[in-house]
This record gives sequence, structure tokens and C-alpha cells, in this order.
Amino acid sequence: MTDLAMPIYKKAENPTDISDKRIERGWNGKIRTAPHSKSNTAIKALMFSLVVITVYAFLTFDYKEIDFADAIMATLQNIKTVFLEPRLTRDTVLGMLYQLFVTFCLGILATIFGAIFAFFCSLFCARNISSPIIGGIIKSFIALIRAIPTVLWVLIFAVSAGLGSVAAVIGLTFHSFAYLTKMYSEAIEEVDEGTIEALRAMGANFWQIVFQAIVPSTITYLVAWTFMRFEINFTNAVAMGAAAGAGGIGFHLFMAGNFYFDLHEMGFLTYVVVIAVIVLESVSTKIKEKVK
Amino acid sequence: MNKAMNQAFRKRKITYTLAFLVVLALYLISAYITEFDLQTGIKAFPEAAKWMSERLIPDAKAWERLPKILDKLFETALLSVAVTVTAGIGAFMFSLLGSKTTGFRGIINQLVRMTAAFFRNVPDVVWAMVLMFSFGQNILTGYFALFFTTFGLLTRSFIETIDEVSASCVEALNATGANFIQIVFQGIIPSAMTGIITWILYMIETNIRSSTLIGILTATGIGYLFDMYYKRIEFGSAGLVVMAIVVLVIVIETISIQIRKVIK
Amino acid sequence: MPILEFKNVSKTYDNETKALNDVSFSIEEGEFVSIIGPSGAGKSTLLRCINRLVDASSGEIVFDGQDVTQMKNKELRKVRTKTGMIFQHYNLVDRLSVIENVLHGTLGKKSTFSGMIGHYTEEEKLRAFEILESLGLADQAYKRCDELSGGQKQRVGIARAIMQQPKLILCDEPIASLDPKSSKIIMDHLADINENQKITCIVNLHQVDVAMKYSERIIGVSDGKIVYDGTPEGLDQKTIHKIYQSKTSDLITDIGGEAHE
Repeated sequence: MTDLAMPIYKKAENPTDISDKRIERGWNGKIRTAPHSKSNTAIKALMFSLVVITVYAFLTFDYKEIDFADAIMATLQNIKTVFLEPRLTRDTVLGMLYQLFVTFCLGILATIFGAIFAFFCSLFCARNISSPIIGGIIKSFIALIRAIPTVLWVLIFAVSAGLGSVAAVIGLTFHSFAYLTKMYSEAIEEVDEGTIEALRAMGANFWQIVFQAIVPSTITYLVAWTFMRFEINFTNAVAMGAAAGAGGIGFHLFMAGNFYFDLHEMGFLTYVVVIAVIVLESVSTKIKEKVK
Repeated sequence: MNKAMNQAFRKRKITYTLAFLVVLALYLISAYITEFDLQTGIKAFPEAAKWMSERLIPDAKAWERLPKILDKLFETALLSVAVTVTAGIGAFMFSLLGSKTTGFRGIINQLVRMTAAFFRNVPDVVWAMVLMFSFGQNILTGYFALFFTTFGLLTRSFIETIDEVSASCVEALNATGANFIQIVFQGIIPSAMTGIITWILYMIETNIRSSTLIGILTATGIGYLFDMYYKRIEFGSAGLVVMAIVVLVIVIETISIQIRKVIK
Repeated sequence: MPILEFKNVSKTYDNETKALNDVSFSIEEGEFVSIIGPSGAGKSTLLRCINRLVDASSGEIVFDGQDVTQMKNKELRKVRTKTGMIFQHYNLVDRLSVIENVLHGTLGKKSTFSGMIGHYTEEEKLRAFEILESLGLADQAYKRCDELSGGQKQRVGIARAIMQQPKLILCDEPIASLDPKSSKIIMDHLADINENQKITCIVNLHQVDVAMKYSERIIGVSDGKIVYDGTPEGLDQKTIHKIYQSKTSDLITDIGGEAHE
């Protein structure tokens, strides 16, 4: 490619030759315009496969002769009850706020434990201060943890610890740990090599480097990621309360829905959860903006 | 040299002590409220490890059930893809109305964002229970429960992606006199495609995990299979279900990593 | 009759900053006009008011005999097909090919459907190739735009604008992100288009000497007001000082100016 400016439209008398080799033609003889790009082809192939899989899925699902129209109508009716006629029938508002707080605390505990383990693990995961072999081992371990859904972790621990807050917190901790280790180690990898070098030259040991160089220079990121995980843990804690009897507002939601069949109360509790999550979400969006 | 270092270290010590105390207080309050017992928790680890290695190992009976488990596993994978693709198509159209780039402003924008926030934040367990009443133990219960949450999440993500990557080319296409539909197909879709696909792959993965939870609640799919074996204390079979899920998630994760590498 | 006329145009943004304050001027067909001024002076707003990427708050902007400020959607798009625009950050669709980006210049004149699926006639494609050839880019036609250098991307931007067969080309800081060598190529091309195709060019610049070298007329903008309108020769140090509200010695006066790349 020459970078010389060619005078424009000097060439006008000599329009691009139709047989110009640079002009490529498609199967129909027309000039092609699409770029030579593997990536674009891959995207098209992927989109096509996903649509095919989706169609296949809908064709093969076992619908068990359900009356679709009836079910939809009933669903709309229920949705209306839940979202438009929410009210507390069994519990007090104060009681529910307390249950919300319990769920909140479950989230906090899982976040604290996850953060502590993740912090130490991320030190051995970050490429700039650890060996790639140890990092690789930890990463595959994390992939395994992430592959098992949180609810299964909770139920696995419920066998030995019983259903309740202990199993829930431990179960929630696994994914928090996996998530935070990834985020922390990425933050640590951003630390300037020079800072670490300087401390090493002063004779500081590993832990001094960690607490005097790495933590101070990454603390905003660490705190931000931790809070964002807390937000996720809170929603997960609601779900665990429902699915694994871990207590808090999730458990009350489950009881209202599956035990008392009280859609009004379910609606009220749903709104409590939604408002709480939206508040947390807006805080974490603000944090995200600041960190970026 | 060491003196200066020590002085700097001492300053930090106070900060670290304070931070430690705050975390400790948070822990104590939370543990008290939730009746969390650290000792039980610590004891649970070796017990759970022992239990997992002894009882969660698939036995002969479990292997007999493998075809059934694989059948449900396959169904779960199909469900995740179907939910994500359909919700993704809806979310894309919806996100065009919610994005500032496309030129919709004010009320429409706010309305879309609020709707997305609503769908995203109503816990999927609530959808699952509401749908349980009308659809019963049907795959559609799982489908719709996952659909709403996925729709809300993807709408937000797509809006962010579109605003981030398409703003400049949309401006240019506007300047050429192209109309809205032309801009969407010639500008927004090509430039936001990588981001959109990354989100779709991520949601397929997430939905496989979520469908386990929904399955437990609504007695459908792979989640139900696990719950049933678990409650019948047939841990060998439950273990095989867990392994099947692990393999599925890791396979899907590996595929998406490869795809993401190619489409960059 | 002038091709473009600003009559007492003002623009106030939501946060009540006045970007344009009672701006009036007119430009004849075939002119090459540079608009200079510090960043934030309102140059960009001024340019975008012409094709209504930004709506003026008050005043009249007459382009090709019509007041654009009152136009509805369809009319507006028609005006936009007659004005090409070139951007500081090129604003190409990075994942599409060079030729596809050039062909985007025809979208405004196409039916919704053929524009949507990217169906172009053979004549249009050949013309796009010709334009690329004249800009020295025909070899890159099937490359994706994100594989190009900044200077090449800007030439694709120019090609897209020419593809529109516009009466007027608006250039918003076309060389602000380019190195001096690429800047010169881009400015030479613009001058060439202006001279040989008789397309009117309005170019926002913040390099005074580039403006002086290439344009026959310079408009100096400061704080949303026109503080100079005349020939490059008439632009003395004092006026430059007034436009930039700073010591002239602080100004970068190299050709090419700030090179970000």
C-alpha cells in the first residue's frame, strides 16, 4: 500500500476495468462485497446453528398434552394477582423486613468467606506474582466449582450440616470464591511491575509486598468486585432460601407459594425483593462507573 | 532504608486493623442474625468431602439410569439454548427502543429500562412458582421461568453493548440519510454482533445452572431427577446427575471459549 | 445564491451551556472553508446543525434553498443524502468490508429493504471501486475496516462521503487523530475533491497553519461566536490570539498539529 496521495479523478477517463483482478465475483457472477473474514463466517454459522437447535428443541419438547391457551390464561390471572394485588396476609411488614435482613446477612457471610479464600487464592493465580503451573491448577479447580450449580453445593453440604444457614452459606461461598478469585487475580495482574520490583529491592518479603504494594494499589477494584458479588449473592440467597430451605425472605416466598398457595403474599414479598435488588443494583452500577 | 519502610508499614497497619474490625463486626452481626455456626461449618467440610467421595460415587444402579439422565440432560441443554435464543431475539428488538444510540429518547427509553429491570430482578423462583400453578410439571414452566429473567438481563446487556460499540457508526449512517431499519441492519447489527454473541453464550451457560434450580422447585428436568434421587437417599444416582451436569457445563464453556476466540 | 446560509443560529444544550450564540454567515458553492477554534468552541455543533445531527435551538439554516431547521423526517433524510460527512474517529462499521462501508453512502437513496439486506447494484459497486481506486484503496476493498490504519480508515470515510455524490462535504476534525503524513494525504484529497469535483467543503480544524495552507476562507469560532471570517492572509497573530484566548506561543503550529497516533 503506497501512502502517496493520488490526485482524485485524474482516473475518471479510465474507469475501473471490469476485468480488474481486485474485483471479486460471487457464484452468481455479481460483484461480492462481504469481507474476507473467518470471524464473520463463524458468526453466521453460529447464528444458524443456534436457530436450528431452537427449532429442534421446540419440536421435540414433551409438552404432555397441555392446553396451552388455558395455561396462558391461568398464568396471566396469577401474574395479575401476584403483581397487582400484593398484600401481606400471614406476616407483618416488620417481620418481612427482618426476613429481608436475614437474607442480606446470608449474602454478607457468603461474600466475606468467598472474599477471604479468593484473596489468598488469587495471589497464586495472578500471572505476575505466581507460577503459571499453580495458576493453571487453581483455574481448573475453579472451573470445576463453577460447573456445579449453587443449589447442588447447598444440598451436598446439607447432608452433613443439615438444611439451614450453614449449608446455604457454604454453598453460596463456592461460586463467590470462584468469581472473586478470577476478578481479584485480574486486578492484581494490572499492578505495575515496577512497584513490586522496588519493594523486592528493598528486601521486602512476599507478604510485605502483598500488603504494602498489591493491596493498596488494587483496593478500589477489590472492594468494587466484592460489592458486585454481594449483589449476586443476595439474589442467590433468595433463591437458596426457596430451594434449599435456608431461611430468610426466600424461604417465606417458597412457603407462600408452595405451601399456603397465597399469591397475594407472594406478590408482596416479590416486591420487597425487587426493590432491594434494584437498590443494590443501582449502587453497584455507580461503583462500576467509578471503577471503569 | 528499612526505617522508612517500617514507618510506611506502620501507617498501613492502622488501616488494615480498622478494615479487619469492620469485617469482623459485619461477620458477627450476620452470623448472629442467620444463626450461622462457624464450628458446624468447619466440621461440615471434612464430612462433606468424605461423604462425596464415598456415597456420591455412581453405583451399578446409577449407571443403569444413565440413559434417562442423559435424556434429561439433553433436554436441559436444548431448553437453555431455546430460552436464550428466543429471549435474545425479543431482547434485541426491545433494546433498540431502550438504547440512546438509536435515537429513541425520554419516556420510551425509561420505560424499556424499567421493564427490563423488573424482569431481571423478579427472582426466577417466583416465576417458577407462579407458572407451576398454571403449567404444572411441564417443560414450559421451566421455559417461561427462565425466559423472563433472561429477557430482562439480555435487554440491559444489549443496550449497553449497542451504546458502547454502535454510537459512532450510527451517527455516520444517519448523516448519509439512511433510515432506521437500514441503520439497524447495516450499522448496529454488524458492530454489536460480537458483544451480543458473547452475552448469548454466557446466558446459555448460566441457564443450564439455573434450570437445575428451577427443576428442583418445579419438579421438572434434570433438577427434579437430582432432587428425587437425593430425597430417596440414592446418592449414587444423584452423584451421576451431578457429574453429568458438570460435564455439560464444562463442554459448553469450552465451546464458547473457542467460539469467542474465533469471532473476535 | 449561496449554497449554505446561517441566519442568527443559536444552540443551547440541556445544561444551559451556549454552544452557538447568534451565528450568521453564508457559503458559496465550491468554496473550501475552514472553521478554526479551540475545542469546546462550538465548531462541532455548528457542523452538525447543518445536517441536523444536532438540532439548532433558534435561527434559520438554509441549505440548497431550503430551511433545514423546520424539516420533517423524510425531507431531512433527503437533505442528508446531499451532504457527506467525515468524522474525527472515522465512524466506520468496523466489522464490515471497506467496499461495504463505501456503499453505505448510497443507503439514503435506496429502498428500505434493499438497504437493509445490503443489496447494491453492479453500477454502484463499480463506482465504489472507482472511488476507492482514486483514493489508492482498491487493494483493500475486501479487508475488514478494523484491519486498516487510521489514515486508510479516514480515506474510506472520504470514499463513503463521495459515494453519496454530495453537494457539500462536512469534515469534523478529519485529521485530529492522524499522524502528520496521513494528515497531509487526507487534506490533499479533500482539496482535490473540492477542486476537481466542485464539491463545497467545510472543514473543522484546530491546526491554524493547516487551515491557512488549504482553505480560501477561514471562519474563527470562539465561545460559540464567530470572531473572524475572511481570507487566510487576513488572519494575523492578534486575531488568532483572540480566537484561542491564549498566548500564540502556546499553540501548536506544526503542520499536522497534535498527532495522537
